[in-house]
Amino acid sequence: MPEAYLCLRHREIENIDQMDVYRQNGGFSAWEKAISQMQPDEVTTEVFDSGLRGRGGAGFPTGLKWRFMDGNNWPHYVVVNADESEPGTFKDREIMESNPLQFLEGVMLTSYAVGANLSYIYLRGEFWELAHYLDERIAELEKEGLLGDKLFGSDYSLRIRTHLGAGAYICGEETALLESLEGKLGQPRVRPPFPPSFGLYGKPTVVNNVETLTNVPLIIEHGSSYYRKWGTEKSAGTKVFSLSGRVKKPGNYELPLGTTFRELIYEYGGGIIDDKEVKAIMPAGASSSMIVANDEALDTPMDYENVPNVGAQLGSASIIVIDETVSMDWLINKTVHFFKHESCGKCTPCREGTFWMSNVTERVHEGQANWEDVILLQDVATNIKGKCLCALGDFATEAVTTAIERFPEDFKAKAKSNGAASEELVETSAAVAD
Amino acid sequence: MTEAVENQVEEQAQPEEKLVTLTIDNIEVSVPEGTVLVDAAKKIGVDIPVFCYHPKMEPVGMCRMCLVEVGRPVFDRATGEPVLEEDGSPKIQFGPKLDTGCTVEVSEGMVVRGYTEEVVDARKEVLEFLLTSHPLDCPICDKGGECPLQNLTMRYGPGTSRFIFDEKHHAAKHVPLGEIIYLDRERCIQCARCTRFQDEVVDDPVIGFSQRGRSLEIVTFSDPGFDSYWSGNTTDICPVGALTTADFRFGARPWELKASASVCNHCPVGCNTTVNTRREAKSGGELVIKRMMPRQNEYINEIWMCDKGRFAHHYTQSEERLTQPMVRNEVGELEATSWEAALDLVAEEFKAASDGLVTLAGARLSNEDLFNIQQVTEKLGGKALQNTHMAGGELVASVGVGQGSNLSDLGEGDAILVVASDLEEEAPLYWLRIKQASERGATLVVANPRDTKLSSKANYELRYSYGEEAAAVMALLGSISPKTPGESEAVKKLSRGQEVKDAATAISEANNLVVLYGNEGTGLATSQSLADACANLLVATGHVGKANNGLIAVWDKGNTQGAYDMGLVPSEDLAADLMSAKAAYIVAADPAGDDATLAEAIKAVEEDAEKFLVVQELFLTESAKLADVVLPVQANTERQGTYTNAERRVQIFYPAVPAPVNVHADYAVAANIAERLDLKLQKVIPAQVMAQIAETVSDYAEVSYTKMAEVEEQWPIISSEDVFYGGTSYENEQGMGQQLQPASQGGESPALSFAQVADAPKVDGLLAVPVTRLYDRGSTVVPTELLSERLTPTSVVLSPDDAEKLSIEPDAEVTVKLNGTETKAQARIEAGVPQGYVLVPRSVGIALNSPSPVEIKA
Ligand SMILES: Cc1cc2nc3c(=O)[nH]c(=O)nc-3n(C[C@H](O)[C@H](O)[C@H](O)COP(=O)(O)O)c2cc1C
Ligand code: SF4
Ligand code: SF4
Ligand code: SF4
Ligand code: FES
Repeated sequence: MPEAYLCLRHREIENIDQMDVYRQNGGFSAWEKAISQMQPDEVTTEVFDSGLRGRGGAGFPTGLKWRFMDGNNWPHYVVVNADESEPGTFKDREIMESNPLQFLEGVMLTSYAVGANLSYIYLRGEFWELAHYLDERIAELEKEGLLGDKLFGSDYSLRIRTHLGAGAYICGEETALLESLEGKLGQPRVRPPFPPSFGLYGKPTVVNNVETLTNVPLIIEHGSSYYRKWGTEKSAGTKVFSLSGRVKKPGNYELPLGTTFRELIYEYGGGIIDDKEVKAIMPAGASSSMIVANDEALDTPMDYENVPNVGAQLGSASIIVIDETVSMDWLINKTVHFFKHESCGKCTPCREGTFWMSNVTERVHEGQANWEDVILLQDVATNIKGKCLCALGDFATEAVTTAIERFPEDFKAKAKSNGAASEELVETSAAVAD
Repeated sequence: MTEAVENQVEEQAQPEEKLVTLTIDNIEVSVPEGTVLVDAAKKIGVDIPVFCYHPKMEPVGMCRMCLVEVGRPVFDRATGEPVLEEDGSPKIQFGPKLDTGCTVEVSEGMVVRGYTEEVVDARKEVLEFLLTSHPLDCPICDKGGECPLQNLTMRYGPGTSRFIFDEKHHAAKHVPLGEIIYLDRERCIQCARCTRFQDEVVDDPVIGFSQRGRSLEIVTFSDPGFDSYWSGNTTDICPVGALTTADFRFGARPWELKASASVCNHCPVGCNTTVNTRREAKSGGELVIKRMMPRQNEYINEIWMCDKGRFAHHYTQSEERLTQPMVRNEVGELEATSWEAALDLVAEEFKAASDGLVTLAGARLSNEDLFNIQQVTEKLGGKALQNTHMAGGELVASVGVGQGSNLSDLGEGDAILVVASDLEEEAPLYWLRIKQASERGATLVVANPRDTKLSSKANYELRYSYGEEAAAVMALLGSISPKTPGESEAVKKLSRGQEVKDAATAISEANNLVVLYGNEGTGLATSQSLADACANLLVATGHVGKANNGLIAVWDKGNTQGAYDMGLVPSEDLAADLMSAKAAYIVAADPAGDDATLAEAIKAVEEDAEKFLVVQELFLTESAKLADVVLPVQANTERQGTYTNAERRVQIFYPAVPAPVNVHADYAVAANIAERLDLKLQKVIPAQVMAQIAETVSDYAEVSYTKMAEVEEQWPIISSEDVFYGGTSYENEQGMGQQLQPASQGGESPALSFAQVADAPKVDGLLAVPVTRLYDRGSTVVPTELLSERLTPTSVVLSPDDAEKLSIEPDAEVTVKLNGTETKAQARIEAGVPQGYVLVPRSVGIALNSPSPVEIKA
């Protein structure tokens, strides 16, 4: 399928980050139209009908989330999740750097739709230059009269503020993000209640990903059916796939949802480095299950409904490609160390479990473990799963359990002894002791 | 009251709670809507184990120990009817994952299972996880024996470990979070009970988490470390031995401890406590008090207590205690004597003094002591005085909070007025309970000359100048009923502005109104007008004579109300009263130590050969040093008795340790004197003294030890067995006490006088005003070394403006010239102190009983 630039429009339209160019290409027409001709819930309905789903990972229908906003509790907030911390994900950054006005218009439309007069963009700490840049662009919008009080003579006012995190993966999780934005330690809250009923400062809040919102201006400008021209029934539109790993041409590729792994890896990504064999795919960054990259998998369409058929989730669509040169014990040692480092520590299974797992993966990788340790690792991961307060705990286990299950030979090769051998050892030592 | 009105009142008192019925472990239970599963289970005796959940705090779902299977009835979408199984029972849909019982609220028809294999495994797994990082130093851990982690591991944990011991996470083991509380970082299971308590419950967020993941650790960010009057409570609710008090750590094992019920008498709240003792070789086999713990009483302290109450008990077993009666010999020295000789002499001298006897008793004494002392004095026609500068005890007896009051009942639709009080400093638990009432929606009006910790919770804040306390209350009353006589300039001034009018409206419209007055800046005279004004306001708005309405005096001592009830009154001029005495009987008071002027008066008594001075005390106080006879007495931990708190709840304290051989209880000493005056008083059993009180003091007619010892089921259930649930606060097995009925509730219409309203005193220079600090330098506090660094220094507090004018640097030494004395003191500078005033903390070495002109020199 051909690339289609809905979010990465700068790749097609030069200087779209300039106000005049953006305007010439329909920029802010959706914004003017919404405020002067549409009721807020009409905006929501349009987005609902478009089938747009959250691009931050969970793929939750965006319009539906907005409808959950508690109308009996005010004020409302919009918080943009620009924490982009998933290893292998680098799409939001490109959007904000190169197509900032469309992104901001998306934030504005969302704010209007849910009745927020103050919205925040929460960026990971490393994006401080980007935050300055967005501040400048926001100031420009205020000067242009596109942001501020009583817009276009209506009663609607809107301000946008940027906020920098302090370098924690967990602050990408929406409730930890809200805590952090409130100035507290970044730890997730128990859900329910979800942010649309209890969000920032306890007020109804929509949290959406950067990419999600960047789609909104085109949906409002051209209507929901325009958006449905791309993608599938359940996964409408395009997706920016961040391709990385052992491919020749890593990078962001915006393609219709439903494009196959094979197309992305071989057509756009130029195939595997040194033309090696592809071994596995992690479609959702470090949080992924390990897909065995056989023909069936390679021909699977990358959308929310089909990826589960090959034992994984699309997530944030950060496609990490693993080839035959990579051993799984090394790989999961990497992912587990990442999650151990990033676990917020709030809940027991994740705090203790990632710590425990990292001890074991380290030993396995160093060749200091028995097969029993691999079994133990699998068991610890299983015990973490489904018992944590937020999804990070589960994320930490996905690669571990699927790697051991789907690539056992990598671990057998590393284990000092397999089960049979150690049993033999026990018997022999017992005999010696006799 | 007509029947209709009566019913209405009933309804108001107990609003209908919507009950929800569900099944937990096959047992059906009905609980109020909004209850979480662990609490619902508790109600029917089913344990869902928890670590992070605490019934007094918001659930956070962190530890994952409480995972259970939760099923809900399935409803047909079309019809809305429940879907049934073949056998006709409702079809239950269980969730795909286990749920945390501490965060899920009950719903109708819910089915909860805590016994399935999945749940059993989950508990085992969570414990296994926790133990991977746990040092397992139970044999040397203070919590061992009452440790939730230990107990729950025994009950639900795995038998063996799969974790390699060498790979354990190591962390610092002796981290002082201040000199009072120590943290063992290895033992911490990151449940956040301590941080949530400090933040949510007591609003002192001075500890918190730092770092993340397995490195998550508790830190303090205050100076001094863990700066809070509540810190000890965190050691009760910490589910492991991570938090310990410097006072108790490594001091004893929980199973060696004996427990006896007591009541704190450091302030008028009367927190229920448990005294833990142990027999110790190093103390010659004596029983030693190892620690003071809270005991549940949901009417009073719930399951908490303040650090003063917890730690300031060391005076009771101080080496300095008096152990034998003494009498002044020919050469003028105090010399040991027998009780017989001492009492004979005292009785003889008292008889001789007759109505020239002046008795001065301190209100740390029990009702039984005060009663017998008052009876002795009355028998001779003498004066029975109590050592206080707060007035209004009779008013509280008349319009105090009604029988059946519980500050926990106050919430939406109710109002609370707190006037002239730095409440957390004067009575910590009242501060907490009022804060909670405000969080439940009660309208809080705070009237004070400066900000206090309560200010942030106030819906209305009224400012007045020191001296205008009564005027501030009368301004409120004036806004409600404009025809208030005796309007002064101050009242007129304070009546201006919307805040006062809005506050007055809130007060007059409140369903229930409780007024608390303290002694911020007041002396006896201003205290009297303030108490009158408060009573006027309550009566005028119809808020007397019923539960959850009325007056609370935040007394300066633990049993001031009891002393008033027993007929002891404050002296308007103590020096003159003492000077006029032919014999002075001073009990649990130290006028000579408190105040140089009084010391002169006492000396005059001593030097006058005609006059006779008896001091009945724990210690050889300044006054005792001047006495003709000194009578040693028992500490409250060595005997039984009752105190009446500021809400007029009478409560029993019990002996925890044996008394030194040759000392007696105050009531017994007084009874022995009485015997020699042909007055029969009970001298052996306090319950019998109480019986006599009941006969004599009409308000106490219904009071008996039997009734006070009755217990009630309390919510939350925190049985001591289940340390994992409520913490180590003790269960109340010794009684809730008995709340007295104020006269107005008995149908008597209160006899009130309109408050004498004064304007703020006008002085050219600075005016010194007395204020209360919790950590004072009183004789019951100083012997606790642990608190020594936190005690208020001999100091005065100035406003930044005045300090600048006088070129005084923070903490500089200054000379305080006050009432003809000169004292060196440290100058503290606090924003919020009104200009022109100097705050003088009570009981830190500068005597000041009422506002007086002062000179401060750098
Ligand atoms: C551990 C964790 C990390 C996450 N990190 C991010 C992130 O960096 N960016 C993001 O947009 N969503 C992230 N999410 C998902 C958010 O919680 C949330 O679902 C999302 O922001 C919702 O926006 P959307 O509906 O537009 O996708 C993360 C979730 C978890 C559990
Ligand atoms: S799962 Fe991990 S990251 Fe999420 S709350 Fe628990 S400890 Fe924190
Ligand atoms: S110190 Fe105790 S109460 Fe505080 S988090 Fe650790 S285990 Fe919990
Ligand atoms: S609040 Fe008062 S009664 Fe309670 S422990 Fe503290 S000093 Fe004692
Ligand atoms: S998660 Fe429920 S008690 Fe900790």
